Amino acid sequence: MNQSDSKLILKAEDLKQHYHVKQGLFKPDAVVKAVDGISFNLEKGKTLAVVGESGCGKSTLGRMLTMIETPTSGKLAHLGEDLLTLSADAQAKLRQKIQIIFQNPYGSLNPRKKIGAILEEPLVINTKLSKTERKEKALTIMAKVGLKTEHYDRYPHMFSGGQRQRIAIARGLMLDPNVIVADEPVSALDVSVQAQVLNLMMDLQEEFGLSYVFISHDLSVVEHIADDVMVMYLGKVVEQGSREQLFENPKHPYTLALLSSTPQLSPDKRRVRIKLQGELPSPLNPPSGCAFHGRCSYANDRCKTETPLLRLDDQAEQEQGHMIACHAVEENRIEAIAVGAA
Amino acid sequence: MSLLQLENLSVTFGNFRAVDNISYKVEEGEVLGIVGESGSGKSVSSLSIMGLIDFPGKVSADQLTFDGQDLQAMPEKQRRKLTGSDIAMIFQDPMTSLNPCFTVGYQIMEALKTHQGGSKKELRTRAIELLTQVGIPAPESRLDNYPHQLSGGMSQRVMIAMSIACDPRLLIADEPTTALDVTIQAQIIDLLIELQRKKQMGLVLITHDLALVAEVAHRVIVMYAGQIVESGPASEVFSTPKHPYTQALLASLPESASGKARLEALPGVVPGQYDRPLGCLLSPRCPYATDHCRKVEPANQGDLDRQVKCHTPLDREGRPAA
Repeated sequence: MNQSDSKLILKAEDLKQHYHVKQGLFKPDAVVKAVDGISFNLEKGKTLAVVGESGCGKSTLGRMLTMIETPTSGKLAHLGEDLLTLSADAQAKLRQKIQIIFQNPYGSLNPRKKIGAILEEPLVINTKLSKTERKEKALTIMAKVGLKTEHYDRYPHMFSGGQRQRIAIARGLMLDPNVIVADEPVSALDVSVQAQVLNLMMDLQEEFGLSYVFISHDLSVVEHIADDVMVMYLGKVVEQGSREQLFENPKHPYTLALLSSTPQLSPDKRRVRIKLQGELPSPLNPPSGCAFHGRCSYANDRCKTETPLLRLDDQAEQEQGHMIACHAVEENRIEAIAVGAA
Repeated sequence: MSLLQLENLSVTFGNFRAVDNISYKVEEGEVLGIVGESGSGKSVSSLSIMGLIDFPGKVSADQLTFDGQDLQAMPEKQRRKLTGSDIAMIFQDPMTSLNPCFTVGYQIMEALKTHQGGSKKELRTRAIELLTQVGIPAPESRLDNYPHQLSGGMSQRVMIAMSIACDPRLLIADEPTTALDVTIQAQIIDLLIELQRKKQMGLVLITHDLALVAEVAHRVIVMYAGQIVESGPASEVFSTPKHPYTQALLASLPESASGKARLEALPGVVPGQYDRPLGCLLSPRCPYATDHCRKVEPANQGDLDRQVKCHTPLDREGRPAA
């Protein structure tokens, strides 16, 4: 572990975000466990993908990592420094190193500001650069993300969705961050533009040695860009591992269902469709035991009462770091599902 | 006779041609997929079939027939009877296409009352029947729910229930699953295909998700900037695309790149109202474009079953013909 520690950029331990929801004057507050105990390590130049359906807490996780929200409990360390116990000043400094790109490029850019002003704002707030230096920096970053010099004086409405996402990426890069949290950066874009933006993100990663936390619901995009993948369900991680482990040897019934519901272009890649009944339960009133038991075809009595813990897959030792939270996997109740038998 | 037949359908807004001379037909019991990026005219073309294009939009066509009846020539009253009952449509965003002021039951019964009539009690039983058909648990209690009380997947099921209320023969689904999660998308698509098979409906599935179309459609139409650039049987179009645009779309999917290789992104974006190029509309983005492509608009080659709009269609190896 020591070798990898030096490359470790971001380390999260048992991160939790619980919200209190008022239910009425005389009722006690209900607790929504939006994110409930998430741990991961992110290395330099790597991409960690977080997948899950809407409402599973993946965006909340992104907001905690960028310290837009303070976690209820847990540890978050950037290059060994605990972000949550630092003074406000020191926090503000470290915040520069973790930046975010939001999902909807139509909503995340201020329509009243010119691109130049949008890009320079982080510099105005965080650095003492002069006006000319700021403009110079903005123009270099704009060139890096494929925007032209003349775009500097334009307003966001004059750009297409793909170009706007480039602007959002440029804004994220202005303070030379180590980590970029990308919250569904391509889900609002068309396929051909999506490919352009994904290519750009991968180029930038190589050039600047960036680490990404890539939040997405699109498994085909995740398979393309990720090094490690984390599958979330109702605030908890149900399966975590490298891309190969997750896509070639998925174990958790929910991961299996997600993979089988994703449409595939080539007929030989299609999996037997595992039909999931129902929808994501309300986090206000989560099911007892394993949160997934109501939709899982392997659920038994133990699943209904006992919450499964995230544990290493012990079936094969070479499967290092592949973690699954499922009783059925632990008890070996799941038969292998062949790919391409559809 | 085809269920729906279009010939040279155009929709114009002022000087802008949102849909530019498209022709296709839908047979009974067939699933037709229409794919393309945003701004390619997929939705506008389907709205024009439903007669939902408002002023200043103008629809013109050499032929626009449903089951042999000319939709353009028939009186407004008759057309309104047809749309909603024989031709039905499901819209993209279920959360905004249901009326928030009325209960789900009221909205389903409204469609039934307009087209079929009947007593309140009959309508209610029929509405419950429909909700059961689309897989909504406890339909009796759901009838009195307002749309905000339903999740996205549930609302889309209600939309489907409304659209199949009068047993349509042609169902147009405009991005029915774009706003939904993958597991819910799978549920909704399975439901649509099951209903389509059971009732032998014609289904027009409009989407930008190529993989989805590849899985369920019999035939597919690829649209670009208001024109049909390629059409044919789904398996053929996806395995051996003839138009450079189709080829580029497929290549830009993350599935088609291995490992960390870069995706083959098509440069630029779909042309809009003010930057429409001369000649072939794809020419500024096409890797194979020649001077001829930039000046002369290509004609459709091949018959309606397998058509391509390109001067130099691609051969089986994906290279342009000389």
